[in-house]
Amino acid sequence: MTAPPPTRLDLSPAPGAAPLPRMVLSQAGYEIRAVLRNGEQLLLTLIIPVVLLVLFSATSLLDLGPGRRVDFLAPGVLALAVMSTAFTGQAIGTGFERRYGVLRRLGATPLPRGGLIAAKTLSVVAVEAVQAAVICAVALALGWRPDGDPGSVLALLLLGTAAFSGFGLLMAGTLRAEATLAAANLVYVVLLAVGGVVFPLEKFPDGVRGALELLPISALAEGLRDVLQGGAALPGKPLIILAAWAAAGLVLAGRFFRWE
Amino acid sequence: MTPPGDGAVELRTLVKRYGAAVDGRRAVDGLSLTAARGAVTALLGPNGAGKTTTIEICEGFRRADSGTVRVLGLDPVADARELKPRVGVMPQSGGVPGTARAAEFLRLVASFHTRPLDPSALLERLGLTEHARTPFRRMSGGQQQRLSLAVAVVGRPELVFLDEPTTGLDPQARHATWELIEELRAAGVSVVLTTHNMEEAERLSDHVAIIDRGALVAEGAPEELTGAERQLRFRARPGLGLEELLAALPAGSAAKESPAGHYLIEADVRPELLATVTAWCASHGVLTEDLRIERRTLEDVFLELTGRELRS
Repeated sequence: MTAPPPTRLDLSPAPGAAPLPRMVLSQAGYEIRAVLRNGEQLLLTLIIPVVLLVLFSATSLLDLGPGRRVDFLAPGVLALAVMSTAFTGQAIGTGFERRYGVLRRLGATPLPRGGLIAAKTLSVVAVEAVQAAVICAVALALGWRPDGDPGSVLALLLLGTAAFSGFGLLMAGTLRAEATLAAANLVYVVLLAVGGVVFPLEKFPDGVRGALELLPISALAEGLRDVLQGGAALPGKPLIILAAWAAAGLVLAGRFFRWE
Repeated sequence: MTPPGDGAVELRTLVKRYGAAVDGRRAVDGLSLTAARGAVTALLGPNGAGKTTTIEICEGFRRADSGTVRVLGLDPVADARELKPRVGVMPQSGGVPGTARAAEFLRLVASFHTRPLDPSALLERLGLTEHARTPFRRMSGGQQQRLSLAVAVVGRPELVFLDEPTTGLDPQARHATWELIEELRAAGVSVVLTTHNMEEAERLSDHVAIIDRGALVAEGAPEELTGAERQLRFRARPGLGLEELLAALPAGSAAKESPAGHYLIEADVRPELLATVTAWCASHGVLTEDLRIERRTLEDVFLELTGRELRS
């Protein structure tokens, strides 16, 4: 260390907590920056969805049933984007924050726990907005012509976000960070395969299909398709399934989440 | 002494058990302690003595099984919301996201407070300006420690808990940390720190509490602990007749030669004693070298109280 005269600091006590909204916005801003510069997470949240969208729209590698390919794929890829941020990214990020004592350290600051969760939610929603903008732009360039009611789309996206966030936080707050990392990635891949994201559920046998339709990813993908491809308003079954997953996930996370 | 109810931290018969209560292992075992406001209090003890557990109870991270805790007169768990802005915490390690940049994280925590220190000035003060944009996981252990200290004080708290603030620091960084702690004290901030660095405890603390096996074994100002007791050391040719020397000294004195040629006399060291020893040496034709009277160090006291065997 060089030895210039040390900087004078006024260390005299002057404590005080900033207003809650300012703390939450500040923390949310930090979380958004952290996600956007995390390469692995961008791969999961942006690159894989866009690649799937472009690849299967532009080629006939998959039999997507009747109708234009991009009209089938865009809603599924939007659902995948929600899952990747609200569930996979949030579970892994929060799991490691817990493991490395970041949650505990933030717990020693004036930011209350509820404020931290609010900031995480804001950050998830903001990242989803970026994802949706990119995916919609690519889909429109590929000739996507969405139908339907924006309110229904918003309701589906918000319920889907709540459902995936609940289970993401449940996993992060109960399992070891390494287990969360493995499990969250595994769930992402399995639900991508069997959740009607790019492979139509019609391809599965009837009995299996009935069960797969109850998955949150299928409910979100099918619900978005009902609205954006089929022009439906407030599709009942997907909304009910997502609401049930959201309630279960948030209640379980609230009950079992361990901060350290 | 601080009147009751007015300390920065007051612990009364604190007990914290780990695991099954039946196996009886207590991390904290009936600890009572007062850390005065505006003073530096050091918790000194071997590994596993219960220092970190005690601090974590004060920070509200753990609950005691029994006993009472008062921090700035408040309950660390029930009054957490009121205490958080007033108390700064530096954990033993970590607590910062690996990808967060130093200045970014410090600014984040500063933004949670109404009148924080200027983050850039604080980084400069701790020699971290060059690392302002370095992600936490790429910083050296010593840089991480200093950032952690910065995070603890950026909100201008009344009280800071520093868990081993200088462990693993190089001498320059250690002195920079000590100077900041001395400035905090001068500014009226109460400091509670844990350490097993005797020099640190002696130099910084107004009050030292030696803790072993979860209980207080001694406390006081460093000079009270090292006490008025002095000892006499000298070098001379090996194999002096110490029995004969002892006979000339007041009762209760002790003398030993270890290693060969190095002599230590533990006694009530007064001018007469010194005269007796040198006279005895002169009458035996012994020339003493390096004759000196010294106080016991805090390390002597510490080892005497906590034993010399290694702890896991």
